[in-house]
Amino acid sequence: MADRGGTGSGGGGGQGALETAKKSRKPKYSRFSQQELPACKPILTPGWVITTFISIGVVFIPIGLASLFASQRVTEIVYQYDSDCIPPEFSDDSVEFIKSDKTNKTCTRTITVPKQMKSPIYVYYQLNNFYQNHRRYVKSRDDKQLWRKEDETSSQECKPEDFTANGQPIVPCGLIAWSLFNDTYKFRVNDKVLEVNKKNIAWSSDRDHKFGSDVYPKNFQSGTLIGGGKLNSSIPLNQQEDLIVWMRPAALPTFRKLYGKIETDLEANDKINIVIENNYNTYSFGGKKKLVLSTTSWMGGKNDFLGLAYLTVGGLCLFLAISFILVYVLKPRPLGDPSYLSWNRNAAGILN
Amino acid sequence: MTSGEPLLPFSDSQPPKRIRRIGSFDCLCLDNSLALSNFDESRINSGEINEDQVKEEEEDDLAPLEFAFPWKPLKKPYRSGVRRQSYSADLRYHQPFPLACPTQVQKKLVWGSMELASGKISHSVPLVQSGTPYMVHDQSVKSQRVWRKSMQLEDNLFNEVDSRLIYIDDPRRTNEKYEFTGNEICTSKYTILTFLPKNLFIQFHRVAYLYFLAIAALNQLPPLAVFGRTVSLFPLLLVLAVTAVKDGYEDWRRHRSDCKENNREALVLQDGAFQPKRWKDIEAGEVVKIFADDTVPCDMILLSTSDISGIAYIQTMNLDGESNLKTRYARQETINTEFEGFSVSGMIRCEQPNRNIYEFTANMEFNGHKFPLTQSNIVLRGCQLKNTEWFIGVVVYAGQETKAMLNSATSPAKRSKLESYMNRETFWLSVFLFVMCFVVALGMGLWLVRHKEQLDSLPYYRKRYFTMGKEDSKPYKYYGIPMETFFSFLSSIIVFQIMIPISLYITMELVRLGQSYFMIEDKHMYDSASDSQFQCRSLNINEDLGQIRYIFSDKTGTLTENKMEFRRASIFGKDYGDPEHMVNLFQETSATASRGESVCRRKWMPKPEINVDSKLMNLLQSGSNNEEKQTAHNFFLTLAACNTVIPILDNDMETINYQGESPDEQALVSAASTYGYILCERTSGHIVIDVHGEKLRLEVLGLHEFDSVCKRMSVVIKFPDSSVKVLVKGADSSMFSIITKDIESGDGFWHETQDHLIQYSLQGLRTLVIATRDLTAAELEEWQCKYEDASTSLTERVVKLRQTAALIESKLSLLGATAIEDKLQEGVPETIESLRQAGIKVWVLTGDKQETAISIGLSCKLLTTDMQRIVINGTSEAECRNLLADAKVKYGVNGRNGNLKSIIDAESNCSRLSCDISSCEKLHMDAFEKKVTSSLALVIDGTSLVYILEKDLAWELFDLATACRVVLCCRVAPLQKAGIVDLIKSRTDDMTLAIGDGANDVSMIQMADVGVGLCGQEGRQAVMASDFAMGQFRFLERLLLVHGHWNYQRIAYLVLYNFYRNAVFVLMLFWYILCTAFSTTSALTDWSSVLYSVIYTSVPTVIVGVYDKDLSHKTLLQYPKLYGVGHRHEAYNMRLFWITMVDTLWQSLVLFYVPLLTYREGTIDIWSLGSLWTIAVVVLVNMHLAMDIHCWAVITHAAIWGSIIIAYACMVIVDSIPILPNYWTIYHLAGSPEYWITILLIIVIGILPRLLFKVVHQLFWPSDIQIAREAEILKQPSYDQPTAK
Repeated sequence: MADRGGTGSGGGGGQGALETAKKSRKPKYSRFSQQELPACKPILTPGWVITTFISIGVVFIPIGLASLFASQRVTEIVYQYDSDCIPPEFSDDSVEFIKSDKTNKTCTRTITVPKQMKSPIYVYYQLNNFYQNHRRYVKSRDDKQLWRKEDETSSQECKPEDFTANGQPIVPCGLIAWSLFNDTYKFRVNDKVLEVNKKNIAWSSDRDHKFGSDVYPKNFQSGTLIGGGKLNSSIPLNQQEDLIVWMRPAALPTFRKLYGKIETDLEANDKINIVIENNYNTYSFGGKKKLVLSTTSWMGGKNDFLGLAYLTVGGLCLFLAISFILVYVLKPRPLGDPSYLSWNRNAAGILN
Repeated sequence: MTSGEPLLPFSDSQPPKRIRRIGSFDCLCLDNSLALSNFDESRINSGEINEDQVKEEEEDDLAPLEFAFPWKPLKKPYRSGVRRQSYSADLRYHQPFPLACPTQVQKKLVWGSMELASGKISHSVPLVQSGTPYMVHDQSVKSQRVWRKSMQLEDNLFNEVDSRLIYIDDPRRTNEKYEFTGNEICTSKYTILTFLPKNLFIQFHRVAYLYFLAIAALNQLPPLAVFGRTVSLFPLLLVLAVTAVKDGYEDWRRHRSDCKENNREALVLQDGAFQPKRWKDIEAGEVVKIFADDTVPCDMILLSTSDISGIAYIQTMNLDGESNLKTRYARQETINTEFEGFSVSGMIRCEQPNRNIYEFTANMEFNGHKFPLTQSNIVLRGCQLKNTEWFIGVVVYAGQETKAMLNSATSPAKRSKLESYMNRETFWLSVFLFVMCFVVALGMGLWLVRHKEQLDSLPYYRKRYFTMGKEDSKPYKYYGIPMETFFSFLSSIIVFQIMIPISLYITMELVRLGQSYFMIEDKHMYDSASDSQFQCRSLNINEDLGQIRYIFSDKTGTLTENKMEFRRASIFGKDYGDPEHMVNLFQETSATASRGESVCRRKWMPKPEINVDSKLMNLLQSGSNNEEKQTAHNFFLTLAACNTVIPILDNDMETINYQGESPDEQALVSAASTYGYILCERTSGHIVIDVHGEKLRLEVLGLHEFDSVCKRMSVVIKFPDSSVKVLVKGADSSMFSIITKDIESGDGFWHETQDHLIQYSLQGLRTLVIATRDLTAAELEEWQCKYEDASTSLTERVVKLRQTAALIESKLSLLGATAIEDKLQEGVPETIESLRQAGIKVWVLTGDKQETAISIGLSCKLLTTDMQRIVINGTSEAECRNLLADAKVKYGVNGRNGNLKSIIDAESNCSRLSCDISSCEKLHMDAFEKKVTSSLALVIDGTSLVYILEKDLAWELFDLATACRVVLCCRVAPLQKAGIVDLIKSRTDDMTLAIGDGANDVSMIQMADVGVGLCGQEGRQAVMASDFAMGQFRFLERLLLVHGHWNYQRIAYLVLYNFYRNAVFVLMLFWYILCTAFSTTSALTDWSSVLYSVIYTSVPTVIVGVYDKDLSHKTLLQYPKLYGVGHRHEAYNMRLFWITMVDTLWQSLVLFYVPLLTYREGTIDIWSLGSLWTIAVVVLVNMHLAMDIHCWAVITHAAIWGSIIIAYACMVIVDSIPILPNYWTIYHLAGSPEYWITILLIIVIGILPRLLFKVVHQLFWPSDIQIAREAEILKQPSYDQPTAK
């Protein structure tokens, strides 16, 4: 029978093999090579199991209570105005109403503050069924153009809002900017104007490093189809905070975006007079528009989910801990008892 | 003698002839052209047929083993049209050599049948189909593949169609047509120019890479650009680059070693003088001079050596790993030639280059003489010259054509069973992938249809331009609903690509590499005796070691040490060597004194452990000259002369070292020298034996080397008094048939000898029968004539020599028998016991006699005396059938129904048996019965196997054998060993392991799922063919029970975890895509998606796969039954896969919905949510892994926590690049407590069900591993302390 041949690696070197053969090939002893590094070997002893569950419970229930409490303290006023702000004569043709230049889109409503709201009160607009996370949409922007004046030639990504008909670059380009939200809100309480502070509503990192201070809007919304708000071309992009907020696409099709902050407290039963400029077209795709006034807590906005989830999980774990204590008391299994080994247990079936 | 009936489809009257005819036909038809030139045409006539057939029948007895092979002579795979001659012509042509060459016939025929079975050969003969029932019936495709691989080795042996002509010292004429290669070797694969294309080409042979490439290519299409273009190429480029660098480095090293080799210098005859020349410039035909300790640069024929008799000693360590010296001879005709300054002319006709390093056939014309050249005249590249000042040789094969280079191929790749299961699950994953993509595409389609009217102006879709320019109203990136749907399908494939865990294949390779490192470095598997480390030659089947169900073990050299010691002798019917009479020569001072001088002159290396029988010693030294003394004298003369052992005088001339290829022979020669017959000198022409101080020079007229078919060797000796004797030694089965029973002449020690042989066998000793015969002048002449002819023939020399040997090896007179002990290796009984406890069946397949096999079986505790032995010794098909049926009825073995489904478990099988019995007998199953039925031992011999394996009896044997605890197969031929392995392998799903140390185990090793080679005394062929190689049989216990278990557990967990890790990520993306109007948006940044499986989560899997261990080696060895985990597929099965998938689904839902509910109606932007998800999934999968880790060492900690930290670090880095849209996200998030609380919630809710499941499972249904683990950790707190040595 012929020889099967040399090893894969030892192809050429006949000599090398001989040299290594001379010295002993005994493996050098080390804890690592013998797989004997000191190691911690956890096993699920009853003690460990019960401790784990109890500690999860003990940690989770306070967190749950705290966040639930925080969430409860948040006062939130949500007012859906998309259908309210359509005049009755246009109620069957809301798209026509919103597209028209001639209609009066101002809309005044009064809402009552249910509880006292401490400043700062955040003003959000909430859109629904608006897929800001659509792939075509998310990608339709040019970050270079937003930051550097020299890169104003918009990239391919911005299509179809990249150049005007005569080849001028659009700044800011892309669908996101093009569809800028442009409803406005004015508030009056007890006939006093409530100032809405629109400064610092965007991330400071965006203002400082993503939107250039020397980049000015150009040829924006100059096409035949107007997607949304217009920009004052004399204000640099880094001060167009509405745009900056809008340009961070929302993660989900129902989303809120910060409109501004009200820096005075509102008392319970205050009547807020809201003047809404209802400009933004969500009617064509059946999206809802809501105005949200909300205070915040350390946990953010009003959301009971985290608190409830934590309480549930914590409670469950405590329950499990108790059940395991009962099980270990009632039906203990001695750990490491060889009589539980399969070949000892059903000895009848084994014939060795 | 056995008859050939069962093998053949023909009528019973003729079979032997037919076989022979076909056999010889095969042997010779290889080489028509040469044969024609060598044989006397006149012989080819039809008249000789009858005569030869008669001869055949006479000689039936001489080749008993020819029938011991289950696969019968069929025919040779024809390679060229030239050989396709008509059947009758071939037949006639071959008549002069009716006794076919069994070795070659067997090999070739089997290969031939393989070829046929695989449908390659159209040139079919009716015999073929009926002759291969075994193959045709039930050979699985898979095993055929293995066969075919092992077969490739053999192919070259017979490729002798055109011989190669070498003109001595005339390289130009030799290589007229420039068809021979130079001596430059090139083991490197690449050059600088070809590196890139060739390396890429090789790398892309992997399906995984093609998948990567296809995905990356898809991503380049504009409508599909899901990821950034460079990002999507990153993983592929990374893997390619890493592999390329590794390959490049290896190749660079090969280049360097090639360069070193090529630039070495040797003395080559140039212009009448030996001048140094670089190796790479040496050409075939040149004459080269090599000095002691030099390495031979190419394959050379010896012309002359510094030794007058033309001997050169070489060490072939680099070639086959054997460290003993081998002798090579220069032919007498050439040794006196002067080379320097003279022109030499001669021609060598040799076979084409081939890989067989143990065979060489050529002849040479030199100064008008024509003589044969054999293996003993060639020195191969890589050998070293030892103990010889110099030799001169002519180059026949150079460079890549040398046998050493032709042999540097790797063994065939095997695939592990777990991997094939894994592929099944991968299929399921692709189904999931397809379903998900389909859902996305369908959703996209429906969404588009529903919003058809709005698409033009949807702020987030806008399919048209409204610019008043030339593009006005053109659709933008919109190809119609069907195409959009289709593109959406494709892009979801891109997004979900890692659902198919391609990276798993790469991870597994890395892990196996690490596992091999630990196996190699295990100090418990290092054999200090042979200084051999454990070797992993195959990197693909580590985990198979944890699931072995059957072990097929060779006996000699595997269970035993293969270090032979002469123990007993039967001479003239008397048994010597009884321990009572044994004396140690060197302790018995009186004995030494009495022999005085002779002891002082003793030159051989004393071996104190050989004791002598004083009775025998006295007999030998007695002055009497009776028949007994004569017999003893001839007996020891034969021991000393009839062998191929070379005595090597040590430098101090004080001692003699016996170097030989067979340890048996060395033992016999040493024994002879102990009794005063010292072999002092051996050349090709004569030997010198020191007989009690008297030098006896014997002329060797001819030597028939030991032949595994005839199982005997003989030497023809001419004594100084011109009498000629043939001395023969051989296996009893082959010897007794050619010994004359001289009962009438009085010396009837025939029976005594046979009795002694049986006794010896029972003691587990290896026996040989010694016989001799005086040759008459006429006989001598006839023999010499034939011998000359046979030994110079270029083709079929082996056959012809065998025929020649048959002339004189007959009518021998018996001298006696020897018994050699082959000691059991250390720890064999313990290992076998513990393997058996582990539920592994150990089968021993040996070439030894039944008695020897049984006694070895007893001594290694394989057999116990309370076992019921079933012995199958059939000599015909019917007999075998009856024996099998009887055994099955007697021991209540069920038919095939139970076994068809594959034997699930030995235990269950046995219990079923016992239940049957108890139900039949309506008795309580008492302990005794249980024991009887559970301990059946099957002993079967090779002859029966011929009938059984070939016919439909294989199933019967399978049923019976699997019901037995022990199976011993004796007298099996190498290919039968493979057949037996295949018997199990093709009928069950159980894993088989074959272990052996010799060339005869190669086929078995290659056939089995796992082949283990022992670096033993018999060379390294078994090692070369094996997947794992080690020094001692007892390491098998550790290899399987410890490393096998670990590897299996690790790889199994690794695979499941990888499935989970990728699926949970993909599912999370999938849920999100459902919230993005099916637009395949990924909230995660491109970099996170790509780095997830490459960096964030890959290191811990590798570390855990390499280093985690559930149980310490002590526990595993203490409870061998823990090995059953692998048998029961406990660590990896469909159920676990589905449980994992359900868990995956839960975790992905948690991952998706917890943040969704937390941030619903919130201000969160897509990148923040993506960032949250990235971190959550990375932490979650790492915590999941952490929960399953058994053994937390420093590196484990580093890997797990390090991965999480690295993931964070990468997020920070990526979020710090202002130009990316996700700039600053992580900083922003980290400041909000909501973020941290959400992540904590995800982790806890995600992991809770799994933890609960684990706790409950361990509480109520603890697994064996779990209990053993608890026992190990709780009861031995200091367990982990390394055993300091």
